[in-house]
This record gives sequence, C-alpha cells and structure tokens, in this order.
Amino acid sequence: MKTNSSTGSLAAWSGYRINLVGLTAFSVVLFWALVALFAPYITPHSVGEMIDLDYFGPMRPGLWLGSDYLGRDMLSRIIYGARYTVGISLAAVSIACFTGVVLGMTSAVLRGPVDMVVSRILDAMNSIPSKLFGLMVVAAVGSSIPVLILTLSVIYVPGAYRFSRALAINIDTMDFIMVARIRGERLPYLIASEILPNIIGPVLADLGLRFVFIVLLLSGLSFLGLGVQPPYADWGALVRENIGGLPFAAPAVIVPSLAIATLTISVNLLIDNLPQKIRDRSAS
Amino acid sequence: MTSRVPSLILGRLLIALVTLTIVSFAVFFATTLLPGDTATILLGQAATPEAVAGLRTAMHLDEPALLRFVYWIGGLFQGDLGTSYANHMPVATLISGRLANTLKLAGLTTLVSVPLALTLGITAAMWRRTLYDRIVTIATIGVISVPEFVLATLAVLVFAVYLKWLPALSFTYNVDSFSGLLRAYAMPVITLTFGVSAQMIRMTRAAVIETLNTPYVEMALLKGASRPRMVLRHALPNALGPISNAVALSLSYLLGGVIIVETIFNYPGVAKLMVDAVSTRDLPLIQSCAMIFCFGYLILITTADIVAILSNPRLR
Repeated sequence: MKTNSSTGSLAAWSGYRINLVGLTAFSVVLFWALVALFAPYITPHSVGEMIDLDYFGPMRPGLWLGSDYLGRDMLSRIIYGARYTVGISLAAVSIACFTGVVLGMTSAVLRGPVDMVVSRILDAMNSIPSKLFGLMVVAAVGSSIPVLILTLSVIYVPGAYRFSRALAINIDTMDFIMVARIRGERLPYLIASEILPNIIGPVLADLGLRFVFIVLLLSGLSFLGLGVQPPYADWGALVRENIGGLPFAAPAVIVPSLAIATLTISVNLLIDNLPQKIRDRSAS
Repeated sequence: MTSRVPSLILGRLLIALVTLTIVSFAVFFATTLLPGDTATILLGQAATPEAVAGLRTAMHLDEPALLRFVYWIGGLFQGDLGTSYANHMPVATLISGRLANTLKLAGLTTLVSVPLALTLGITAAMWRRTLYDRIVTIATIGVISVPEFVLATLAVLVFAVYLKWLPALSFTYNVDSFSGLLRAYAMPVITLTFGVSAQMIRMTRAAVIETLNTPYVEMALLKGASRPRMVLRHALPNALGPISNAVALSLSYLLGGVIIVETIFNYPGVAKLMVDAVSTRDLPLIQSCAMIFCFGYLILITTADIVAILSNPRLR
C-alpha cells in the first residue's frame, strides 16, 4: 500500500473524488457545524444584551450584522441560532433515520404480515401533511425542544422507512442473504451485518435530504411561533421576531433567512455532488 | 384480453379509504387525549359541578373514547363539525367562507404554475446540458431548498420594498376591481407559484429525459427528426403519464405552502384559521381543519397514483 500504490490505489480512490461544487457546499456545511459547536466562544456580545440604542440598526463595525428589534447584536443571535437550528434538526434526523432504517430493513427481511401492517400504518402517517402534523402536536402538548425533536423525527420516520425498505428488498433477494438464512442467522445479524453495509451509502445521502426537510419544517414552525420558544431562538424564530423590519429591509430579517438558505442549499448541493462511490454503494 | 386497470384503481381507492380512516383516528386521538376537561373549558372556571356534569353527559364525554370517535365521524358525515371553544360558533360556519378563499388561492396558483412549470421543465429537458438547462436546474434546487417564508420575505422585499408595486403584508385591497384583485392576490400567488413550480419543473424534466433515453427516440433522432419534433411528437406523449403524476404530487405541496403564506400575508383562509385555532387551542376547529387538509392531500396523492396507472399502456 505504501510503496507500490501508484496506479492501484489511485484507481481505487478515484471514485471518491469530489468536484468543486461539492467541495464548496461541504465547506459551507462544515462552517455552520463549527459555528454551532463553538457558539459560546465566538459570540462578540451576550445574546440577550441590548447594546444598540436604535432598533433594526444597519450593519456597521462592531455590529457586523446590525441589531434586532430590541437593539440586540444580530451576529451573536445568528451564531446561537445555528445551535438550535442545526442541533435540533440533527437530533431529529438521527432518530428518524435510525428508527426508519431499522424498521425498513426488518420489514424487508421478515415480509408477510409484519411488513403489511408496518407499511400500511406508516403510509397513513405519510399522508398527513408534515406542517399540519407539527401544528397538531404543538396544539396538543405545547412546544418545547424535546417535543420538537420527537415530533420532527416521527414525521420523517415513514419516508426513511420507505426508502430503506425499497433498498433492503433488493439486497434481500441476493444469494448471500439466502446463504446467511440457511446458516441459521437471526434477524439482528441479518440486518446489521448483511443488509446495512450494502445500503449505507444511499441511506446516508437520504439522511442528508431528510435533514434539509427537517430544517425547513423546523424553521417554518418557528416562523409561525409554534417552534422554538423565547428566550431561545433558532433562525426561523429570528425571522419571526424581526419581521417588523421587513419594510425597511433591515439586516435582522434578511440575514437569518440567508443563513437558512445557505445551509439547506449547501446540503442539497453536497448530496447532488457526492462522490460516485458513496452514492452508488448498493449498486457496486 | 381482460384489463387490470379497473381492479388496480379500485384497490388504490380502497387503500385511500383505509388511510383516511387511520388518519381520522390519529387526528381525533391526538387532539382528544389532552390534559384538561372539555366541559370545564367550555363553561369556564365559575361553572357549578352539576352544570359541568350535565354538559359532559350531553357531549358524550363520559363514554369511552372509541364511542366518541364514532359519534365524531357520524357528525362529520352529517355536516356537524362541532362547536368552536373560542367563540361558540358552529365550526361549519367558521370554515365555509374561509375554505372558498383558500380554494381560490390554490386555484389561481395552479392556473399560473402548471403552464409555467411544464414549459420550463420540457424546454430544459429539450436543451439538456446547455447553459439554459443548468440555470433552470440550479434555480429550482435553490427554491426547493428554501422555506416558504423566506420566499415570501424575498418576494415582499423585491416587489413591495424596492419596486413598490404591491402591498407588503396585509390583505387590505378591495377586490371589487380587477386591478385590486390582482394586487391583493399577487404576493401570495407569486410565493406559492415559486414553490410549486420548482417541484414540478424538476419532476417534469426528469420524466421527459427518461423518455428521451428510450430506443424509439433514438430512432427518431437517427431518421433525422429535429430536436423539438423529437421531444414534442415522439417523447412527450409517452411522458404525459409521469408528468401528470408530477403535477398532482407538486400540487400537494400547496397544502403545506398555504399554511405559511396565509399567515405571512394575513390572508383569510382555512390555514390561517387553523394556525389561530392552534394558538387558542380550539380543538374542534383544529380537528375539522386538519381533516380538510388531510382529505385534500389524500385526494391529490390518490389522483397522482391513478393517473400513473391509467397512463401505463402495459396495464390496458
């Protein structure tokens, strides 16, 4: 590997090469991840502190993104907003995809009545529009961060289930699964060691898409005032609180909107430009 | 030759019916298994225990949840949607006018977006891998990746703040004159059109490209047909099924879109009514609105599936 790697490993790695658009998108995603992670160390001002005498202040040195409707520093609020938007969405998408993929693979392996019942119930859940589902849960139990994470993940389980079930059913017809079955392997081994490694690439790409959906839904709910509640604020909530600045085109409304757009567009572009090897893992 | 189409469609309708039952179950239980007693909420804090008990019996609140579900569904079928907690008006009265408004908005959006999206989608497929195609593709990815309220915000910024063509946030124009109507509806329709069209363009483009990859289109190319003729005469008729499927699916995006758009533009439709009902926790109103939305969504999805079945000549 170390010495005679000239052609062999180049060919092996060429499938992992990523193009310029993908790389740019990846940097933006990484940027927001780091911002969310290190938020407390990089905020120039305290999130709740009113430091500007004017409200909806313009961008200027010291207040790089202007001030919000109470004269608070917009830059600090965006940085903290990244924590809520990225954090909640990441938690929700992990739960949704884990549950959906495990159920999907189980259905594909077991078939029969289990598959029928689970598929029918999840299909029914899928035919409730997602925003409506969110509204209903918020009406029922009120909005808090754990409730939001759980609701968002429940909404996106059916999608993850459908996707992974379709992939797993293809794998399930292959000979090595039959061999494993004859060997007497049980369900946990079959799904974890035989099926999962063969569908992991597309499943991860699907996770990225679902992350975008969740960010959009979370922002939408927060924008309606039904998502993240004050004193906390994610990007959707920041747009809502500062919507009064829209007639003067205040940066306080525009910047959080742009923040959401850069994150979601980059994730989408990153997935569209993923290296061939990762996307087509199941085909190879 | 017996056709499988009728049985397939029947099966699809049956699935829709089962789904509707499960959904109504979910809607009912999500909103009834709540903390707080309905009778107490209706009568207020000062009510005597006897009055509360009386109302509980009258509203069947003492009976098991399953029985109440049956009463609720029965009421829905007779057009009795219950009484709003907030202002004690029948839910049916509250909804009827609002529903017409929302349907008007949805209808206008459909009228604008379908021709627009089909034109862009088909031409993008026709001139695949050109600069034009790339611009359309990138623009649609951009629009799809952005929440509706950001689209609405941008539309307000451009048309109301910078260009000053249209009113910004309120539904204040009188809709008697044509120009008033145009201005009142312009912003909500523009915002919704963006979202719906982006989906539709992507799916239409994909459907046409898929047909373009078939052997008979290659044959058309070899015999020297021009590019537009190849797409419009040879590929398009066979892509009609997937395209109408795409149209129906994209229109279901409207249901999520109107919730945001009606709120941001203060448009008096069902979605706005429902968002307000959520903030006042007006359960009968929420249940009815939710059922309307789920029903509309289900109709669109089922239509999409049935169109896909009908347009597949192999099933005839």
